[in-house]
Amino acid sequence: MGESLVQVRNLGIGFTSQAGATLPILQNIELAIGEGETIGLVGESGCGKSTLALAMMGYLKSGLQVLKGGSLFRGVNVFDMNERALEDIRGGNLALIPQNAGQSLTPTSRIGRQIGESVKLHTMLAKDQRRERVIELLSHVRLPQPEDMLERYPHELSGGQQQRVAIAMALAGEPEVLLLDEPTTGLDVTTQAHILELLRELAAETGTAMIYVSHDLGAIARVSDRIVVMYAGELVLEGPARRVLKQPVHPYARGLLLSIPRLKESVVPTSMPGRPPSPGRAGQGCGFADRCPMAVQRCHDEKPLLEPTASRELVRCHFHERVELLSPAEPPRRPNRANVDELDSILRLDDVAISYDKPGIVDQILGRQPNVTPTVDKIDLTVRRGETVGVVGESGSGKSTILRAIAGLLPPRSGTITYEEDESLNTSVDKRAKDLLRRVQLIFQNPDASLNPRHTVAQILAQPLRLYFGLGNDQLRERSVALLERVRLGADYLERLPSQLSGGEKQRIAVARAFAAEPDLVLCDEVTSALDVSVQAAVLDLLTQLQADRGTTYIFVSHDLAVVRAIADRVAVLYQGRLCEIGPSENVYRFPSQPYTEVLLGAVLEPDPDTRPALVAEDVADLFPPDKGCPFQRRCPRRIGDICDNETPPWQPTELGHAIRCHIPLAELHRRQEQSANTAAEKLEVST
Amino acid sequence: MTTTNIKHVQKKSALARPLAVLLAVASRPSGLVGLILVTFHLLLAVVSPAITPYDFKEMSPQLTLVGPSFEHWFGTDNLGRDVFTRTMLGGRQALLVTTIGTVFAITWGGLLGVLLGLVGGRLDELLMRLVDAFLCLPWILVLLLIVVIVGFGPSVMILTLGFFFGVPVIRMARAATHDVVALDFVTAARARGESRSTIVGRELLPNVLDVLLVEGAMRWSWMLLTFSSLSFLGFGVAPPTPDWGLMISNARGYISIAWWAALAPIVALSSLIIGINMFSDALAKALGIDRAQKAPV
Amino acid sequence: MVRLIARRLVLGVITIMLVSGVIFAGLELLPGDACTAYLGQAAQGKRLDNCRQDFGLKRPPMTRYVEWIGGAVRGDFGISPKGKKPVSETVSNRFRNTIILGATASLLGIPLAILLGIIAALWRDRAPDLWVSATAIFAMTIPEFVTATVLILIFSVWLGWLPGIVVTQPDAPLLEFLSDIILPIIALALIMTAHILRMVRTSVIDVMASDYVQMAQLKGVPYWQRVFRHVLPNALLPTINLVALMIAWLLSGTVVIEVVFNYPGLGRLMIQAIFFRDLVTVQAIALILAALYIGLNLFADLLTFVANPRLRTMRSRQP
Repeated sequence: MGESLVQVRNLGIGFTSQAGATLPILQNIELAIGEGETIGLVGESGCGKSTLALAMMGYLKSGLQVLKGGSLFRGVNVFDMNERALEDIRGGNLALIPQNAGQSLTPTSRIGRQIGESVKLHTMLAKDQRRERVIELLSHVRLPQPEDMLERYPHELSGGQQQRVAIAMALAGEPEVLLLDEPTTGLDVTTQAHILELLRELAAETGTAMIYVSHDLGAIARVSDRIVVMYAGELVLEGPARRVLKQPVHPYARGLLLSIPRLKESVVPTSMPGRPPSPGRAGQGCGFADRCPMAVQRCHDEKPLLEPTASRELVRCHFHERVELLSPAEPPRRPNRANVDELDSILRLDDVAISYDKPGIVDQILGRQPNVTPTVDKIDLTVRRGETVGVVGESGSGKSTILRAIAGLLPPRSGTITYEEDESLNTSVDKRAKDLLRRVQLIFQNPDASLNPRHTVAQILAQPLRLYFGLGNDQLRERSVALLERVRLGADYLERLPSQLSGGEKQRIAVARAFAAEPDLVLCDEVTSALDVSVQAAVLDLLTQLQADRGTTYIFVSHDLAVVRAIADRVAVLYQGRLCEIGPSENVYRFPSQPYTEVLLGAVLEPDPDTRPALVAEDVADLFPPDKGCPFQRRCPRRIGDICDNETPPWQPTELGHAIRCHIPLAELHRRQEQSANTAAEKLEVST
Repeated sequence: MTTTNIKHVQKKSALARPLAVLLAVASRPSGLVGLILVTFHLLLAVVSPAITPYDFKEMSPQLTLVGPSFEHWFGTDNLGRDVFTRTMLGGRQALLVTTIGTVFAITWGGLLGVLLGLVGGRLDELLMRLVDAFLCLPWILVLLLIVVIVGFGPSVMILTLGFFFGVPVIRMARAATHDVVALDFVTAARARGESRSTIVGRELLPNVLDVLLVEGAMRWSWMLLTFSSLSFLGFGVAPPTPDWGLMISNARGYISIAWWAALAPIVALSSLIIGINMFSDALAKALGIDRAQKAPV
Repeated sequence: MVRLIARRLVLGVITIMLVSGVIFAGLELLPGDACTAYLGQAAQGKRLDNCRQDFGLKRPPMTRYVEWIGGAVRGDFGISPKGKKPVSETVSNRFRNTIILGATASLLGIPLAILLGIIAALWRDRAPDLWVSATAIFAMTIPEFVTATVLILIFSVWLGWLPGIVVTQPDAPLLEFLSDIILPIIALALIMTAHILRMVRTSVIDVMASDYVQMAQLKGVPYWQRVFRHVLPNALLPTINLVALMIAWLLSGTVVIEVVFNYPGLGRLMIQAIFFRDLVTVQAIALILAALYIGLNLFADLLTFVANPRLRTMRSRQP
């Protein structure tokens, strides 16, 4: 191991609160990064990982200060450097690839100019050479038509393209270390996979060291040589990637990995109780002691130090040898369902098309619909009572739109939505009977926005109770407390305001609110997407529990395929507002048949060093659906010709309620998939 | 002195929040000063008739343009009237008209704005075009015209100013409503099937109210400004009623020889307006409302 | 982009038409008409009738409106009942004077405001900012006539440097005006500067805290280069619109300033016209001011279009 490029020594960073106390955000950080290494820095929100990454560049957000120690770059403490020296190394030796590239690129400056700025600052190239270099960089990150790209403005590019530009800009200074702060958050699954592959290749080609900060263990697993796990501002585990992922020796890391849903199993992952401490609250002992399954008194009194283990790891736990012996908690089994066909249908969508475009004045006068391609089209779906149907797709797939139509917020342009065989849900909310409204409830993605910030929890829960059951004040309190209990919150929550609750708690209140109506059908719109991984597991657990108790039907929309796998009986795959495949999750996930499903599932990143994504489609975003034919026509790797452009692919049913939409006959499709799998396996053999 | 933000105040009674707001404002130095100034002026306006040493109309032909003296603390004006008395009383008409006028403006503008923000559609578009066209007219023109033709007196002024200042409030209330309506909790209420009045009353208004309050405070100071400008131009208060704007206008004629007659009302008017501004600034910060462009995290 | 500009222009013209309609209708709806207003007490019987006949007030409103607009476009605003002179005569040199006042104040005030605003933002919360901001807030909140009067107090009464009142004739050549108009220009410029300065300051502070400026810093871009390349272009963009709106506001401000200093401009003329209840003149001035205002708004919009890359590169959805 040569000299470390970056060495963090006993770093402590904190801020002074309004009351005058100094609260730490980071404590006792020890980290060394050598040349060409990729370190994955993982932790949940609030653990301080972004602060750490920025601190390595000598940058602190306003209000923060260094309390102890420092971060060395090639032996010199960055916090001792003057402004000039920092300007030199930032971009030139240590380069940042930011989280939200769209917001990190100057809106009034052309792409070529911004990247050129970096080249000018950190290399010795002359003006004409600089232009060449920028073009070179842009093609290096696989952006099409680099000469054109030079003249564009950031807002003209898609999210994936912006991220690539950010990468090119970071590479412009020819840095030795790349700092990546959640670079793929917010990108589509397929785009994300492509960007990660690009990063791996670049790292291998240029020998640049990378520090990859993320909460997404799947991404971390793909790129890292070593993984560092952070909790409550401290390092708790560091070691070779494979070791950390397969056999974590810290109870938090273990709990974290257990709480991530996996593609291959249909179980709700185990959640960790409690929540991370706020900065400065951690007391004398181990920060994880309150939530640790093997905590004893010593853990609460004495802070553990980082100790090396035999397998070249560093771990902060008194009893790390015992972690391996912890038996995995029993995950809640999902109830065995009777044969799907025997359940009666609770909801049916027949050839539903939905459009956001409203008719203009002329059309309104003539009483006709605008002749625009609908956002969502040709949806046929039957939902059985008591089951969970997952709806997956990337951005633009129309999954939320369908939920809104069912809820009555957006009437369908054509087709019918039938509830329980006889009631029509084609009407909008104002025209529906109250009882019908009661039986169909909606839970939203963002807990910050779905609760009225000026209402207390009691008021929030009271609203559906009053609206649907006409309860008076005395009964309200009783019922509300019962509801809170069902979502595992105490009665003391009644008087709290949303701003005093954590994300997970807010989402539980949202669930309680939905269940206050005693609904038959609950529509979940990305309800776990805004939550931390460990909290996500708890909410999923809650939902399945409620379903087991009450026989509620769920339609669960998410872009996270693993989450849907954990909770759904059947899954429907959407692309650009059209159905591609639908069937029991077991079948769809294990044997994806439709080309888009293949691509989608292939791109998912799992926190497992042995899996790798299969990138089969071009990384080009489709902004809107085509007028006719198969929605996937522009990107499909198995496209057979004009028929894909012109004709709607027919439904091809398979065994057990599984159906796909494709022009290629099923048998042929399977054969070709086998072929690709074989070719891929051969390639792998050749390369190793 | 710690500054408080009232976001975390729990609602114990109907009075709890307004009290908490006042405390939050007072906890800021600028807010405290503003609050003191405003309260002072309001009190002065109420009690001044009882405590003035002279009658404001009383003219003393011999004592015209006398400088500050023991009998006349602020001197006398060109008609021998006591400037101190007139200054103390000078804000009454202005405050009466502008307080009522502001309440009127915020109420009608706010309600209409919220309604338009909710309903949208063609009515909304049509009305907003009218609003835009209306705001194109220089205010002074419109006010002067109305005042000249209809006449002036407190009630006319209240109605006119209230109407005029309510128009921009429509736009602002509409924008605030749009912001709130976009949030999921309003959609959730709609999806539940809550009646429109419940949505407006329980979901929208409590969140829009804060913005309206801050706007109200700001409009108040502008209305005061406008009112005094009108008086200055001779179209506000009728003499001999004392009014700061009118006093300053009169004082201009002999400013080179008796500048104190202008200074007193200037100080009075300025202190009130600055007080209101400081108060509304502190109010905005206490309520967590960012009035300027969007602030980053 | 040409289509967008054309659209805005058409919209502007339509707005002017709408506003002219509002002005005309407004005056129609108010009790009385040009004659009753002008004649005041004497507005009755034969005299009223004759007056109405002379001014064609007996014809239907639409006809009068069309005639008025038609004339206005050509610069003919009709005859004023007071003095029986064509309105355009009285208005034209006052118009010139007001433009001089407004234009000079703007040319002085705007660059100064931008400069001071940037300085206040870059040295935020330190001495330069505290001084500049405090003065600006003062000038902003206090009514224009008060500020103007204070200026007269200081510079004319106490220091005696400049004349406080304009005594030159309205149609006098420019040179005679010069010493007279210094104080009014300063007064107007001061208030404008105060408003614009605050907006610029807020804008710069906001932009300096944005992600992309932070990114530039993390790229190693030195401070001043950051300020000029990344901060200012983005901070000044929204202020362009505000500046143009400010100039429009200026129109209202000039009225007060003109009265305070007795300056022979459009504003003072309007006050006099209102005083004498000369509705014809009032109508004319209202239209001119409104048109100016709308024109300036339009100019602001167009300027923003040109300057904002996001708007320049708007593309329609093409498959």
